[in-house]
Amino acid sequence: MALTNEIIRSRLMEKFGEQLTGWEEPYGMLTFTSDKDLNLKVLQFLYDDVELGFKFMTDLCAVHYPNEEGKELAVVYHLHNMKENVRIRYKIFTGIEKPDVYTASALFSAANWMERETYDFFGVNFLGHPNLKRILNIDEMDYFPLRKEYPLEDQKRIDKDDEMFGRD
Amino acid sequence: MSEHVTLPEGNVEKHTTTINLGPTHPATHGVFQNIIELDGETIVSAEQTVGYIHRAFEKIAEHRAPYQITPLTDRLNYCSAPLNNFGWHITCERLLGIKIPKRVDYLRIIIMELARISDHLICNSIVGVDSGAFSGFLYLMQYRELIYEIYEEICGSRLTTNMGRIGGFERNFTNQAFEKLERFMKEWPPALKEFDEMFVRNRIFMDRTIGVGPISAERALNYGFTGPNLRAAGVDYDVRVHTPYSSYEDFDFTIPVGSTGDCYDRFLVRDQEMWQSMEIIKQAYQKVQEFKGAEAEVYHADVPDFYLPDKKDVYTKMEALIYHFKIIMGETALPVGEIYSSIEGANGELGFYLITDGGRAPYRLHFRRPCFIYYQAYSELTKGGLLSDAIITMSSLNLIAGELDA
Repeated sequence: MALTNEIIRSRLMEKFGEQLTGWEEPYGMLTFTSDKDLNLKVLQFLYDDVELGFKFMTDLCAVHYPNEEGKELAVVYHLHNMKENVRIRYKIFTGIEKPDVYTASALFSAANWMERETYDFFGVNFLGHPNLKRILNIDEMDYFPLRKEYPLEDQKRIDKDDEMFGRD
Repeated sequence: MSEHVTLPEGNVEKHTTTINLGPTHPATHGVFQNIIELDGETIVSAEQTVGYIHRAFEKIAEHRAPYQITPLTDRLNYCSAPLNNFGWHITCERLLGIKIPKRVDYLRIIIMELARISDHLICNSIVGVDSGAFSGFLYLMQYRELIYEIYEEICGSRLTTNMGRIGGFERNFTNQAFEKLERFMKEWPPALKEFDEMFVRNRIFMDRTIGVGPISAERALNYGFTGPNLRAAGVDYDVRVHTPYSSYEDFDFTIPVGSTGDCYDRFLVRDQEMWQSMEIIKQAYQKVQEFKGAEAEVYHADVPDFYLPDKKDVYTKMEALIYHFKIIMGETALPVGEIYSSIEGANGELGFYLITDGGRAPYRLHFRRPCFIYYQAYSELTKGGLLSDAIITMSSLNLIAGELDA
């Protein structure tokens, strides 16, 4: 029997009940969210359950919503059941003041660098991560550049001598 | 002569040697740094440093209209830029819900498979270079030139192609383009066959690659491997088959898989994929030729909001000029949506996670770069091997710094 979004949803509801919210299906991909402290339990269940079997982490990234007070940062997991060829998207939201989220790197080795990247750009603090340090930016950087409050470099800035680059 | 210094009681001498491989080492073919701990000649650990050519594409993309993002995607995996371009355009098309004519799909497939060949031929011949056979690399390079000439005929550029539009191509393929394609289809298979004969059963090459840098299917999946590297470990996952895009379902081809996930299997999988790509190109070219009359002139879908007007109209008609300006400057808003769309890039699943909020630029665009995800396994792949094996492992993974660092 093919694994449909309805089956996944009812299987998850059976286990977690009302703790999972925000059910959506944008462009056919089942999307849901939960409390951020539940993330490992949900991921582990999705991984272990014989019927669900989401054993492949396709992607992990974060999104910044500066206007959503108390849940400014979203961490988005894209999971894939390769046997049934079904993908789902699972989101958790965290406040920006204390962006602590449990790491999924023990479950998925793939999450190691993706979490480092997310930390690097959004400052999500992955609790229990074996090596949480910046990965693409320089170590001395003291801000998280993909947050919305940082604009792209102003083309008219004057603190850089740009004579050599044709800007005057 | 200096006296031998005896260490105080309880001190432990450091037995390993630390060497820096990279960031710019001729053997790494890109900007990669590895801090390698060696015990004699055996690698104890390798710590990768990445980000040397990080260009903040995801940040830039949040401020750019769709057509200004296409050139950014060129610079991800620059060995197969058209794949990235089409991946991005397909993502936009899915977001907008555009139906693409079959002929456009087939033309795209021709280009995408050419790009796959050009990427794999670089990777495989570099594996050859790193195991001591330089001639294969030089010899195959002239066939990449033939592919680049086809790109040039279609879009005017070669390496960073910025090819295509949302909805199709900027112009129809010219007769010269098809002639060049025919030339490539005629000249490439014998060259690849010769390359195969040089490597596949070559005793030296086999000794250098078999059992080097292996990974089990289970670990590869856990590490998020995709593409040829995953298939070499024995998992037949291919986006072209699992989630067909651009009418790949109309084609008859097989997915080569390996079993041990070592350098030799990765080499063979890429090699067989090039043969399969040739099969797909043949079928696609045949399908393209079957279109007759008005159908044979179709090279884009009807998307007035996002498809740029004809250049000749832009120069002569006011309305076309205005539309051209509006589209390039991103005056047309993207609809609100959230979509993850992926294609089979040369290195694996190239995904675009796009969130739009009704503005002219994406609210958030995340690139799932296969390279970045599988490079973290490098330490595990090389552990216990020799330094010279680590070099081959790196090139057989096909690490492209542009894709790694985004």
